[in-house]
Amino acid sequence: MSELPLNLALDIALTVNGEQVRERVEARKTLVDFLRDDLGLTGSHVGCEHGVCGACTVRVDGEIVRGCLMLAVQCDGAMVETIEGLSDSGEIADLQLAFEQRNALQCGYCTPGMIAAAQDLLKRGGVPSRDEIRERLSGNYCRCTGYHAIIDAVESVAQARAGGKQ
Amino acid sequence: MKITGDSPPVLTALDRPNSYIGRSVPRPNLQRLTQGRGQYISDVTLPRMAHVAFVRSPHAHARIKSITAAATKKSLGVIAVVTGAELAKVMTPWVGVLTHLKGLKSAPQYPIAIERACWQGEAVCAVVARTRAEAEDGCELVDVKYEALPAVTDPETALDKKTPVIHSSLGDNLCFERKLDVGAVDKAFAESDAVVETTFMFGRHTGVCTEPRSVVADWNEGEQRMTVYHGTQAPHMMQNLFAKHLDLAEQQVRVLTKDVGGSFGIKVHTYADEMATVALSKLLKRPVKFVADRIESFVTDIHARDHRVKAKIGVNKDGTITAFEIDALTGIGPYSVYPRTSGIEANQVVNLVGGPYACANYRAQARVVFQNKNVMCQYRAVGHPIAVAVTEGLVELAAAKIGMDPLEIRRRNLIADDAYPCASASGLKFEKLSHHESLAHLDSMMNYAGLRAEQKKLRAQKIYRGIGFASFIEVTNPSAAFYGVGGAKISSQDGATVKLDAQGAIVVHSGVTEQGQGAEAVLAQCVASSFGVSIDKVRVVTGDTDNTPYGGGTWASRAAGIGGEAAWQAGKALRGNVLAVAASILQAKPEELDIRNGIVVDKANGTERLPLDELARIAYFRPDTLPPGFQAELMATRHYVPRAWPFAFTNGIQASYLEVDTDTGFVKLLKHWCVEDCGTIINPQLVDEQIRGGVVQGIGAALFEHCLYDDRGQMLNGNMADYLVPMAAEMPDIDCGHVVSPTADSELGAKGAGEAGTAGAPACVMNAINDALRPLGAKGLTDMPFTPDKILRALGKV
Repeated sequence: MSELPLNLALDIALTVNGEQVRERVEARKTLVDFLRDDLGLTGSHVGCEHGVCGACTVRVDGEIVRGCLMLAVQCDGAMVETIEGLSDSGEIADLQLAFEQRNALQCGYCTPGMIAAAQDLLKRGGVPSRDEIRERLSGNYCRCTGYHAIIDAVESVAQARAGGKQ
Repeated sequence: MKITGDSPPVLTALDRPNSYIGRSVPRPNLQRLTQGRGQYISDVTLPRMAHVAFVRSPHAHARIKSITAAATKKSLGVIAVVTGAELAKVMTPWVGVLTHLKGLKSAPQYPIAIERACWQGEAVCAVVARTRAEAEDGCELVDVKYEALPAVTDPETALDKKTPVIHSSLGDNLCFERKLDVGAVDKAFAESDAVVETTFMFGRHTGVCTEPRSVVADWNEGEQRMTVYHGTQAPHMMQNLFAKHLDLAEQQVRVLTKDVGGSFGIKVHTYADEMATVALSKLLKRPVKFVADRIESFVTDIHARDHRVKAKIGVNKDGTITAFEIDALTGIGPYSVYPRTSGIEANQVVNLVGGPYACANYRAQARVVFQNKNVMCQYRAVGHPIAVAVTEGLVELAAAKIGMDPLEIRRRNLIADDAYPCASASGLKFEKLSHHESLAHLDSMMNYAGLRAEQKKLRAQKIYRGIGFASFIEVTNPSAAFYGVGGAKISSQDGATVKLDAQGAIVVHSGVTEQGQGAEAVLAQCVASSFGVSIDKVRVVTGDTDNTPYGGGTWASRAAGIGGEAAWQAGKALRGNVLAVAASILQAKPEELDIRNGIVVDKANGTERLPLDELARIAYFRPDTLPPGFQAELMATRHYVPRAWPFAFTNGIQASYLEVDTDTGFVKLLKHWCVEDCGTIINPQLVDEQIRGGVVQGIGAALFEHCLYDDRGQMLNGNMADYLVPMAAEMPDIDCGHVVSPTADSELGAKGAGEAGTAGAPACVMNAINDALRPLGAKGLTDMPFTPDKILRALGKV
């Protein structure tokens, strides 16, 4: 197989935060770089570019993924949701408020990914234990808070949501 | 429900009507961050902006024989290929020395290496292109011919005659040396009932900010002005340095910080690649952006700690500590980092060992040597984690040796709470500390007796739990004694400007900066309280050298104590100005009026006289109605610098409760406690979260974080998968308690709290592990991080 040019580009069409998007992207471009550089959605952050830190966590077809481990071209036809979309829809408003009230963020760089991961856990329903919350958020690194406040915030939202359903 | 709401203020001398001092008000700038609407430097884009990527040396030490870039120049999108020699025409080199660290020496460092690379990862060539990807493509095509040189990697042999000298102009590989001998150390050891000696090792580790270092430099040839968007803690310091090394006036340089994705001391230094980016913008007359990738971060962000400390303690049977002695050795890479130098950490170790204790006999030696590894410099809690682990490790070894409880030996030796003011053996001056009250608070908070009983019971079931402690002191609110006296243009004073806008709201401009610790909330609280408005009427602006008072920025736990005091005073000054306006409108005496909740009132009975929006309307739009000759001044600036004490020392004590799996060597952290005394607490929630975050960074040092190098100077784990940082699942809940001893140096009385957690956590985790394993006859663990293999070796299992 002959070597493909580094800048081989392909057309993709996808839905991002409910908007129809058609772009020509280099095949090598990651989803998070596409979101940030091509669409200006800078709420998704680049922390490690090798799938460890979770700062680039976004939702693709309802599942959270690492934006740095998925290529933009793999999202052709997909439905992508970023922190901007999740914020505007109001889906995570209670989590955001809890993070703000509990100071569950300091620099805030990990926060969009952290909240996306927390929402993924909470939307499964029930009230997870603190240990379960810790386990499920272990793919999202935070260097500022020491995690305690994040666990508090997520736990309080889980309890409030469960209470609201009763 | 674990979220605690805002609480009413505790009555203090700072109490004013609607005071926010002592209240957990939420930070004003959080929504934009939770919504992904912050603007970090990595988000900044400008018209015509180019991206730079660097070709970095794969060798720890090598001569650069040639750089061939013909193919790169033809590569798609490439704008320029620039070598160190070419960039040296635009930017002058720097030398990281301070005159008060006597004898400290270093060699000139260039933005891009010239002729020789001195560590693996040092930039040797820059490629500027339309996109980062195209710049990296270009880097792949640069052909650099190296001649590998012997790498100096082991600090123990760095000063040997047969070891090559890294910078021949310096004569040897010694960067800095300090010796101290106080009291009668030899006599004290000779007369002690017992002497305990051991060697502590501290692995190199680094900050791992989630947002890597980022800079966008924009030289405007038409304005002859450099605007630098820079994720830094110290914008005025960087303004000075960019100007100095580009031969510009400081007026020609503007530094803006925007949101900063974590810093912890990593982003307060001069980095060659960032300096190169700024120089490239000048050279190319267009904006240039550099964002370090994670791999680059691991080999170029400053590393810290990397100490070997031989240490000794003397103790009598009654628990009296008779003497401390240390011999510290650290390798700091090939250059002392500019402008704070790489001598400070070792110097702090010498200053701080034994600091909490009333022990008059102390001898110390510290040597700082050059080596061909990445540079080391100041990272959160500089020197403290080392000094505290050495001191507290020795104290618990001494306690074990004489069969005394570890809290009891501390009770018998910690400086008495009524002994202040006093000084440590090393000469540190203490205004007011509270070691004993803190210890007593911790004792009851953690139910120490109950935990000991549980520990004993579980041991019978072969479950090995340990309890470890660490008393500590922390340097905060530094005066000019830290850097200014050594000739560095790092401001210890800070300023705040407060103005009343045309609708009666308040804008604060401050020289300190926000990296997420909550400085902007604290500043707003101070001004809202001293001026007299609700906090939602206060907007805070930081991180812009064009628009904020000159200041030092955020480091050494100074933002609240120094920046907060300046803001408090500026708010007071503006209140005076506004009351003068109100008095002239109301034909009253200013001293009989006050501002409460945004309304001018009669001081005596709180009767509302004039809302601030009405006052502002008159002052700004109908000044003709004010008495002749009266001029309203609706902006006030105040500066503050600590003068009475070189540093406002804080103190505290931490405890760790953990379980060691003696089959796997894994440590499970069960609980962590910290009681600390940072003086007046402006925002309890923010203080607690600083403590918690700091504790977890300290736990990282104790258990996980280590920049591993081979003997050729190659970093072996420079990625996030192999370099472990604390994750949520491994971390314990952390309980915080407080004792309040305000500093009398300021009206607020606030000291710093940002580094206490990191200072004490490694020591108490170490002590807890050793406490858990002591009944098994394990060899004492003193080599951080305490990875499972080391624990199994100590148990004799591998």
